[in-house]
Amino acid sequence: MVYLSIVALIPIAAVVEASMDNGFDSFWTAVTNEQALSALKLTVIASLIVVVINAVTGTLIAWVLVRDDFPGKSFVNSTIDLPFALPTIVAGLTLLALYGPDSPVGLDLAFTRASVVLALLFVTLPFVVRAVQPVLLELDVEMEEAAESLGATRVTVFRRIILPTLLPAIIAGGGLAFARAIGEFGSLVLITGNLPFKTQVASVFIFGQVESDNTTGAAAVSVVLLVIALVVLLFFGWLSKRALRHEG
Amino acid sequence: MKGRLALRVVALGYLTLLLGIPVALVFVHAFDDGIAAAWEAVTTPEAQHAFWLTMIMVVVAVPLNTIFGVICALAIVRQRFRGRALLNAAVDLPFAVSPVVVGLALLLVYGRRDGWVGEWLAERGIQVIFSTPGMILATMFVSLPFVVREVVPVLREIGTEQEQAAATLGAGPMQTFWRVTLPAIRWGVAYGVVLTTARALGEFGAVSVVSGKISGQTQTATLFVEDRFQRFDLTGAYAASVVLALLALLTLVSMNLLRREEGR
Repeated sequence: MVYLSIVALIPIAAVVEASMDNGFDSFWTAVTNEQALSALKLTVIASLIVVVINAVTGTLIAWVLVRDDFPGKSFVNSTIDLPFALPTIVAGLTLLALYGPDSPVGLDLAFTRASVVLALLFVTLPFVVRAVQPVLLELDVEMEEAAESLGATRVTVFRRIILPTLLPAIIAGGGLAFARAIGEFGSLVLITGNLPFKTQVASVFIFGQVESDNTTGAAAVSVVLLVIALVVLLFFGWLSKRALRHEG
Repeated sequence: MKGRLALRVVALGYLTLLLGIPVALVFVHAFDDGIAAAWEAVTTPEAQHAFWLTMIMVVVAVPLNTIFGVICALAIVRQRFRGRALLNAAVDLPFAVSPVVVGLALLLVYGRRDGWVGEWLAERGIQVIFSTPGMILATMFVSLPFVVREVVPVLREIGTEQEQAAATLGAGPMQTFWRVTLPAIRWGVAYGVVLTTARALGEFGAVSVVSGKISGQTQTATLFVEDRFQRFDLTGAYAASVVLALLALLTLVSMNLLRREEGR
């Protein structure tokens, strides 16, 4: 507990305190500053887009990895965790190699908002896949077969049987992906070009404020980011529990 | 059957475009100017120092977080005390906090000018920010939860029967821990250590804020990559990235081996 306090809790408390250093008014001014607002807005919207895409592609990938069979499957399965193992700055550089100015396919997304989403998709890839996979493994094929033999179409089987079972896992994975996405920094530094009002996300904005010695402003935006992350984690946890209850 | 094939193509295509090709390209680019140039880029004194510093981060942060992780997991699973739920939630905090915010937080505690204890430390000649201790703290912060999260489920699963049996047979708490509990949770611990190491190696945001980025002094491997890129030394950036990517691949391989061992 002492270790935890020294390493994690006290520093976080310091951020909260610093954000209120000059009273609530200065906190409010710092947060409602146009550039800060635009950065926060971009962060939240991009993260939401990323969660939605992840929910679909993550479920799809998990499905293919569990139900399908093809040569090299276990290799593909182990590469899923690569974004967790790869340093974020390398992840950014990696994406820049294919989707940057020197793109071999002529697709230059660098310094656009699409690049923000792309980088976030890369770093959050494993969350939904790894949440859905174990549930899918446990899922009884017999139920699906029974439904099909009773005349249900594939779509109906998916919608009425598979999806409700997977939903809690998809939501839980999505929540983690969102929390990760709104705080992401390393992979975004290189590819987004950090243009204020266009591609500057909240964490990069905070970094800029620290560099220019405005710690109060940086702390204020940090607190907003923290609150968003905690609220989202709680909300997704609640949603996932609710989905679980519906199924039971 | 057709639908299944389509799904497979879509899933694998997505992975190839997002993961496969980009990672492969980094390897290609690193050797754009030949192997010799790449080798030279990662063996300059600056680069060597950066990798050395990263090693120090790992060597300090990983053992500390491992010891803490095991103790913390034991407390969460085996003990009943007030604030247990709070402890459980607080452990996950580093996952919800942006690395940049972590850096800022450390700055506000240990920074010389506006930190809580910065001045007190500075008077005693201890500099935390813009030097190695601060960077180690940042690394410890971001890699804190991994061991706890891997060990908690294993502890829950093994139950207390064996521990109770050992206690009945006259083993002390320490003996029980070393002879019964630790062997039972060893794969969980190992898994957690691998994840902690990967995170410690790759941390960028938090370290970036507290390091001051003094080349040859407080520059870790990831900061080195950024620095090279900003200076248009692409070979250097890509070559150092390849070293880090190889370490990441090593992590993946060890994770898979551990998973296989555990299954046995």
